[in-house]
Amino acid sequence: MEFVLDYRPLWAVLISLIAAALIMVSGRYPNLRETWTIAAAVGKIIIVYSMLPAVLSGQVLEMEPIDIVQGISLHLRADSMGMIFAALASLLWLVTSFYSIGYMRGDKAKHQTGYFASFAVCLSATMGIAFAANLITFFVFYEILTIATYPLVIHKRNQEAINGGRKYLAYTLIAGQLFLIGIIWTQIIAPGGEFVPGGFMAGKATAGTLSIIFTLMILGTAVKAGVMPLHGWLPTAMVAPTPVSALLHAVAVVKAGAFGILRIIGYVFGPELLNQLGVADVLAWIAAFTIIVSSLIAMKQDHLKRRLAFSTIGQLSYVVLGGALLTPLGLLGGMYHIVAHAFMKITLFFCAGAIHIRTHKDYISQMRGIGKQMPITMAAFTLASFGIAGFPFIVGFISKWNLAIGALQAGKALYVAVLIGSAMLSTAYLIPVGYMAFFKESTEFNSFGEARLDMLIPIVITAVVSVLLGIFPNAIANFYDLAAMSASQIVDISLELLGGL
Amino acid sequence: MREHIPALIAIIPLMAALIAPVVAYFSMWLVRGISILAILTAHIFSLNALYHSLTVGTWHYYFGDWAPPWGIEYVIDPLSGSMASLVSFISLLVAFYAGPYLKDDTWLKKGIFYGLYLLITSGLLGMVITGDLFNLYVFLEISSLATYAIIASGGRKATVAAFRYLLIGTIAASFYLLGIGYLYAVTGTLNMADMAGRIQELMSSPAVLIGIAMIVVGMGLKAAVFPMHGWLPDAYTYAPPQVTAFIAGVMTKVSAYVLFRVTFFVLGAANGPVYAALTVMGWIAAVGIVMGSVMAIAQKDFRRMLAYSSVAQIGYIVLGISLGNMLGLIGALLHILNHAVMKSCLFLVAGGIKWRTGEHSIAKLAELSGKMPLTMGAFLVAALSMVGLPPTAGFFSKWYLVLGALDANMWPFVIVIILSSLLNAIYFFRVIENFFLKKREAGEAVKRETGAPKESLELPVTMLIPIVILGIGILAIGILNSQIVTNILQYSVPGGGL
Repeated sequence: MEFVLDYRPLWAVLISLIAAALIMVSGRYPNLRETWTIAAAVGKIIIVYSMLPAVLSGQVLEMEPIDIVQGISLHLRADSMGMIFAALASLLWLVTSFYSIGYMRGDKAKHQTGYFASFAVCLSATMGIAFAANLITFFVFYEILTIATYPLVIHKRNQEAINGGRKYLAYTLIAGQLFLIGIIWTQIIAPGGEFVPGGFMAGKATAGTLSIIFTLMILGTAVKAGVMPLHGWLPTAMVAPTPVSALLHAVAVVKAGAFGILRIIGYVFGPELLNQLGVADVLAWIAAFTIIVSSLIAMKQDHLKRRLAFSTIGQLSYVVLGGALLTPLGLLGGMYHIVAHAFMKITLFFCAGAIHIRTHKDYISQMRGIGKQMPITMAAFTLASFGIAGFPFIVGFISKWNLAIGALQAGKALYVAVLIGSAMLSTAYLIPVGYMAFFKESTEFNSFGEARLDMLIPIVITAVVSVLLGIFPNAIANFYDLAAMSASQIVDISLELLGGL
Repeated sequence: MREHIPALIAIIPLMAALIAPVVAYFSMWLVRGISILAILTAHIFSLNALYHSLTVGTWHYYFGDWAPPWGIEYVIDPLSGSMASLVSFISLLVAFYAGPYLKDDTWLKKGIFYGLYLLITSGLLGMVITGDLFNLYVFLEISSLATYAIIASGGRKATVAAFRYLLIGTIAASFYLLGIGYLYAVTGTLNMADMAGRIQELMSSPAVLIGIAMIVVGMGLKAAVFPMHGWLPDAYTYAPPQVTAFIAGVMTKVSAYVLFRVTFFVLGAANGPVYAALTVMGWIAAVGIVMGSVMAIAQKDFRRMLAYSSVAQIGYIVLGISLGNMLGLIGALLHILNHAVMKSCLFLVAGGIKWRTGEHSIAKLAELSGKMPLTMGAFLVAALSMVGLPPTAGFFSKWYLVLGALDANMWPFVIVIILSSLLNAIYFFRVIENFFLKKREAGEAVKRETGAPKESLELPVTMLIPIVILGIGILAIGILNSQIVTNILQYSVPGGGL
């Protein structure tokens, strides 16, 4: 790895923060306000993607550290793993922004200024999480993300939303404090430690201490990643407007947790040390449990967004499982699943939102025959459902294949069975929605009434990208290469020996 | 002139206090101008002295050219210099803020208010910069007596609260006086530096033990460390809103400073009895942090909630002092600064809300965010800082405190600090929900009068500016805390220089 001084990671964080301020002051002019959002989203994409060639060539772009606490600095750096998350989130922010504008105007929602400003702050925090070079930087942005999401969860300002917000804060703030203890403890045993592929904690303390620190950090991140039994906030937070569920509860917030787990496994402790400690096995069991149980719960949900929420919980644990396997392909699969799940799940949420705005239907049982009215939307929905279930030629297959090989590399065939079982369960809870939409007769839906164009286009884009990435995993932002690069650095083998698809 | 700056820091507000009632008879405007000018001068001199102590070295000033230990000495080191700057800064902002509150008062009330206010300021500044234990007592009484009077001016309930505070405060001051009496009896000196040299070999003397116990208890009472906090909630709740911010922001902190100064710079914290006293205080503080936070959750009145929160927050400071290691002490000192800024900001907001709506009950306050956006913005920042979320100031003092506790292997303290953050989150988010989300029901918390433009309840500029300055200050301290620690605080702890 070659380190290059570069301030673009910082600008990627700042641009949406500046946009948030501009959004706040131009609240009276909706078109101007939305221009800021779009401009910042485009600007962010340009900044992030301009760093891509350098990162792919093996460089690490980092800014000069700024001291924030004695001995620890605010330090941002774009490495291969960070780029995956940053490139993903910035791309999907632009897509979601168009969708949001359509959704919020279609819904005639109040408080739109605060909504768009919070959204922009969330994206800043996400960039900060992606590019954080040490634990304290990671934590600062992690907590900013927690707080900036709160106004979005309580957006509707009714009792249900307020309760959802309370639950969300209770889970995430407690988790954040546990995480903080772990970070401060790390600071004492390994002062000023920065993320290094393969970890920096080996030999710094006794096995017992390291296991406790690992547990504290994983507890802190697993809440956002919705690992059972810490998932309680996620279905409740679905009370938020659908674009929030789509981008934050399928991409940014929950993925920040999953990304954090991979960072901790790969860059703080390292697979080698965790193999000795044995704590990652426990995490893998919990992830496997979550995958199966959440799928079972999802089958029982009639509310479409809740079903998707439980599906999200299960899919996030794929990422966690990938990390906890500690094998090269497990890590690769986990990282790539961050991308894969993001495109598929955002499509599903977009569709759910489009249905809500068009027909005000939220329950699956009400959606018989809706495919006649909204064929494109429901086609995209069905396509993404197949992707979640892991059908080939859709992006979900790539990550699941690697996860399965990664499980075999670890000599744990049981997890392959879990992956197959989960794929079948996903088929069972998502495909019927598409089936109901297209093949059940209904008198209710007979006129053609697709979603608004500014919502339909994002749906089509994300659905098409899901297929595109399923056939060419590198088609956008070289996501696969980035994941492979990061995984090979973590386990310290050359790229050629990595294997995989 | 310049060589007298240390003395003038305390004397200028004192002189202004004496002439305030007389000036008020002639001109309402002039008394306000003189008061603010006096505090501003004290603030500039404090900053100047702080700068001097950091660049040149500790500034010793001998009153009447009587060299210590015979005469009274004022000592400005980085610690006392930064405390003096903090006290005078908060005092300045609150004096500025108090204007609209006093608009309708008579000249006498106004004159007395400014007189008392300047006396408190002068007393607290004197306590901070003096190098003499008895002189410290004199300033303690100046500030305390003026505080009793100013709290009592808040109405019927305030009189009772002030009387209670007067009883407890007098007991506390007597404890302190007796304590230094014992120390004087065995060492024969009242000068801090002189006593520090003489007392080391006398540590086993019973008189010293009693002296230590009395000083610690006396300052514990004044600082309202749990369970000696009984006077505080009533006093803060019923005091005139315009001064609560000042009293809550710095008064208890100055007592905590005295505790720190006496134990670490005079007695020597490593000595057996002092160490024991500090350990006990640390555990008491830990209990106080939890109890204060739990009591704050139970409160219905916004100001009372903030008062109990103060009890918890003073626990952080004492806890850091009791840890005694570099990180813990830096955490405690940083928290003195942070809490002064945060709590002043919150009480100014509470006062502003009361002024606009006449309401203090949390449940009755709704829909304020749209009506007073800047005030509520500052409130939000202060609340998040109280919870200790990055990148606000509160996070960083918590960071140092937890670091210090872990360094000392004091796990219970780590748990207490973390638990307290979460309890803070509970009571502040409850308020945030009300201010930002709740819909107003008909006839609730209607605005009182005060000629605000329609639909807006935003405060007048004189009240708004201090609030906004403090709100921005919280973020600035958070972002710049590394500079503050490196350049000032690390020289303020014994054996400084990390």
